[in-house]
Amino acid sequence: MKSGDRALLMMGCPEVPVQMAAAIYLSLRLEKAGADVTVAGTDAALKLLKMTDPEGHYIKDTIELDQCIADIVEKKTDYNCCFAFMHNDAGVTYAATMSAISGAKMYAVIFGRNAEAVAELVDFPAEKIVAKAVHNPIPLKNKIDRVMG
Amino acid sequence: MSCVEEMKYNLYLERTGFKEAREYIKDNSDEVFYVSPGYKIFGDYYLIGVPPIAMGARGKELIFTYVKPCHGTFVMGIEAEEEIRRLREEDLKRPKAKSDKISQTAVASAASYRELWKK
Repeated sequence: MKSGDRALLMMGCPEVPVQMAAAIYLSLRLEKAGADVTVAGTDAALKLLKMTDPEGHYIKDTIELDQCIADIVEKKTDYNCCFAFMHNDAGVTYAATMSAISGAKMYAVIFGRNAEAVAELVDFPAEKIVAKAVHNPIPLKNKIDRVMG
Repeated sequence: MSCVEEMKYNLYLERTGFKEAREYIKDNSDEVFYVSPGYKIFGDYYLIGVPPIAMGARGKELIFTYVKPCHGTFVMGIEAEEEIRRLREEDLKRPKAKSDKISQTAVASAASYRELWKK
C-alpha cells in the first residue's frame, strides 16, 4: 500500500454484524497507511455505515455498489486495491465480477458461519482473509492485522 | 434499482447459487452465449457474475442471471429480441476454436477471461 493509493471496500449484504465493524476498522487502517478509501455497498449497508459514523470520522467516501461496478466498467474510475467482504455466494459473485473488471489487487474478506466453505468458492486471484466470525469481530480483526502488518 | 426489475419478466430460479443458475441457462436455452462480467443489457444493467457468464435465448426471450447481494442469484427471462440479436452479432465476431461447440468454448474461455480483463 502506497500513500495516495485508492482503496475500495466492497461490502456485501449487511446481515452479518462483523462486516460493519471490520469495514470501519479497515478503513481507518488504510487511511492511516495513506490510502484514499471509498466504501461501496448496498443502500442498506451504506445507511448502516452513515448512521454508525454520522460525522464521517472513519468513512469519507461512499458509493452505491452497482454504480461502482458501472463506473469501473465504463472506465470512469478504478482502484489500486479492493477489499471485498463476503459471507455468501452472492458476495463471492460480486467479488469475482470486481476481479474481472478492475485492475485492483484483490483481497477477499470472508466471514460468517460458513466462512471456510465460502472461501472455497473463491477461485479468482485474491488474497484471502478468512475468519469464522459472526458477532465477535476479533478473529476477523486479527486476520486483517496480519495482512495489514 | 436497475430498470430490469421494472420490466415484465419471468422468474425461473430464485435465490440460488451462481453456478446453479449458469447450469440452468445452459440446459434450458435454445442458444447459449457467454459474456464477460460487466456486459451491459437493457441500457443500464451491468451483469454481475463469475466468468464465463451464460446468457440464453429461448424464442424471443433473453434468459440471464440477476444477482442481489442479500438474496443470491435469480434467473430471469425478458422478451428482448434486440438484445439477442446483439449477442448473436457479437458471438460471430468472437474468435472460434476449430471445434467450437458452445460448452467447450465456455470451458476454454474460463481461464482466459480474467487475463483478458487484466490487460
